[in-house]
Amino acid sequence: MLERIAILRMGEFLLVSIQVDMHDRLATRLQDELAHEIVRTRARGVLIDVSALDTLDSFIARALANIALTSSLLDAETVLVGIQPAVAITLVEMGVQLEGLRTALNVDRGMDMLREALAETASSAGELDEA
Amino acid sequence: MTKRETVPIAERDDIVRVRRIVREWATDAGFGSTDLTRIVTAASELGRNALLHGHGGRMHIELLERASGLGLRLTFEDEGPGIVDVPLALSDGFTSGRGLGLGLGGSKRLVDEFDIVTAPGKGTRITVLRWA
Repeated sequence: MLERIAILRMGEFLLVSIQVDMHDRLATRLQDELAHEIVRTRARGVLIDVSALDTLDSFIARALANIALTSSLLDAETVLVGIQPAVAITLVEMGVQLEGLRTALNVDRGMDMLREALAETASSAGELDEA
Repeated sequence: MTKRETVPIAERDDIVRVRRIVREWATDAGFGSTDLTRIVTAASELGRNALLHGHGGRMHIELLERASGLGLRLTFEDEGPGIVDVPLALSDGFTSGRGLGLGLGGSKRLVDEFDIVTAPGKGTRITVLRWA
């Protein structure tokens, strides 16, 4: 079964839209492909759209946290977009920590967030140069 | 409405099936959207444990009825190594690394009743119940 999750390029960002009930192998495959795509496209940010995910258990949460960590090692920020309210409530009740993952309501807000994060990084790098 | 069904948990695709079946049953039982997500997520956690730690097993799903409404009872069984330290397994620990990361503590918080029967070498049976 060679399912894939499409990784779209939006300027210097990558957008991944998880439409299927993601099984474990697919989550692992997504981690690998995204890492390679970030390097290949020199992307500075990743938006993961989970608005179609009805269930987000600890395995998927861990996969998403790993994606965020891997991305930051590759100099890209990650924003999770569109968590369903029932999913957010359930994650909090379970006590799952989505470490290192910013969240946004939708893709537009997510992109704003990424641009702000990149602008901050750029300006602090500028300050270092002056010191 | 069928009252009871058994779903084998032998490979990773079965976890997707478990989620789908629990979602169908919970929807038929009149679960609201948040409760639906709770029970499906708990089922996903426990089903995965039965597969990855229990080396495979099954889920029994039962529709329950009481005066105030319907509910679901899910029983996850495996003939695996069993859980040696249950309190540790029930303590939190997902990405933080504490506990065993089995998601048991989290699942327990998503349901109304939670029961675990396990012993080293004797397999594990976890029964959870949630009313609609």
